[in-house]
Amino acid sequence: MRLPCPICGDRDLREFTYKGAAVALDRPNPDAGETAWDDYLHLRDNPAGETRDLWYHGAGCTAWLVVERNTLTHEVIGAKLASEAKT
Amino acid sequence: MGYSAWQILKNGLTGNKGWKPVWRDPDPKPEYDIVIIGGGGHGLSTAYYLAKEHGLKNIAVVEKGYIGGGNVGRNTTIVRANYFLPGNSEFYSHSLKLWEGLEQDFNYNAMMSQRGILNLFHSDGQRDAFARRGNAMINQGDDAELLDPAGVRKLVPYLNFDNPRFPIYGGLLHKRGGSARHDAVAWGYARGADQRGVDLLQNCEVTGIDIENGKVTGVQTTRGAIKAKKVGIVVAGRSGQVAAMAGMRLPIESHILQAFVSEGLKPCIDNVISFGMGHFYISQSDKGGLVFGGDLDFYASYAQRGNLPMQEHVMEAAMTLMPMIGKAKVLRSWGGIMDMTPDGSPIIDKTDTEGLYIDCGWCYGGFKAVPASGFAFAHLIAQDRPHETAAGFRLDRFRTGRGLMDEEGTGAQHNLH
Repeated sequence: MRLPCPICGDRDLREFTYKGAAVALDRPNPDAGETAWDDYLHLRDNPAGETRDLWYHGAGCTAWLVVERNTLTHEVIGAKLASEAKT
Repeated sequence: MGYSAWQILKNGLTGNKGWKPVWRDPDPKPEYDIVIIGGGGHGLSTAYYLAKEHGLKNIAVVEKGYIGGGNVGRNTTIVRANYFLPGNSEFYSHSLKLWEGLEQDFNYNAMMSQRGILNLFHSDGQRDAFARRGNAMINQGDDAELLDPAGVRKLVPYLNFDNPRFPIYGGLLHKRGGSARHDAVAWGYARGADQRGVDLLQNCEVTGIDIENGKVTGVQTTRGAIKAKKVGIVVAGRSGQVAAMAGMRLPIESHILQAFVSEGLKPCIDNVISFGMGHFYISQSDKGGLVFGGDLDFYASYAQRGNLPMQEHVMEAAMTLMPMIGKAKVLRSWGGIMDMTPDGSPIIDKTDTEGLYIDCGWCYGGFKAVPASGFAFAHLIAQDRPHETAAGFRLDRFRTGRGLMDEEGTGAQHNLH
């Protein structure tokens, strides 16, 4: 698996550290309540198919990326800088 | 049918045409008291203990593939009770006791081999941690023995003791640990459940879970609708998808774990050896293949195959620990789907839907738990209260923060286990 870093281009998987589902970008308010925080921290859609997850390009440009890929085939569809993907 | 030497000789001489299937292949009935979704090790043992320990008859196991075709047929077959935390410790202790009596219990040769598990350590700090773990195991009533380098050398002289980065300071030996024949475990439980009247429905994929007024009423499958008073979900690797049919989201990410088998070799590794610093462990199967593996690939995946960097890492760890392995050829490798929970411990609990139960989140340690997980899940389904050994495996522990079981001490967060 190679990941297409928007800054560095296609790079080896070993340059990246995986964080998890891109839900980590949608941090709830501190007073959002137990259910919202449980959703954010623990519960996952965990899709068998297309997913969005966060990767850190530690051995490259040190950017955080949101990578779109397929968990069934390991096909990588695309990647954006997390700073731009965040809505 | 008996598996005597005479039967083997007779069938060997007559083209092996005399063997009969050891369980039925029934059509689904329209209704059961209990439907277990998932015919893997845990699902089969659940059905077996529901019938055997609780005297229940009207049970079906629905399996989308074939019996023994999932993770129970694709793992590294290690059995042990060397857990540290209360909650885990008594559960795995119970599981090992069930393993020790399993072959007599279901009258099937599971090739249970208590060849001993050796966990190596490489620093003074690690020795202290292992001594503490060993004491916890002894307090639980299990066995543990702290070996010095000479003791390890006597047991496994072929390791590289003087590696500059990871010199071997000793090991924690758990003599009652070992391995079992994974397929035979599935077959033994399947036959035992079938003999007690459980219908094993293969090629029967669940496509929906029927819920009315907050109560489960049955399942939709590719072989038709099946009504049920109680439904148990035990589908490691696909827990998220099946739970979604009941409107649930789980604290699980599916990850990939690779394992490897070498060509068949003469007996050379007598024990199970784990080299934690290299995330590496190895044993030798009775067929002669070296069975070994490493850590997760560390990204969510259902592909059932891993990537090359982790394969390279595992081979490097193997060479670091035992340079003699360099001459062996890798025969095959595979990747299994692991239900990873945030704290690395499993879930056996009721759900918010009445009559719906779930057993999931076994991370990369499901095989050794097969007997006790089935035993505890059967108890929960039959009696509507958790078995004492599995009372800590609560589904809500992440939401409440109470009763987290983080065996590695790294934090109860996805991607840390």
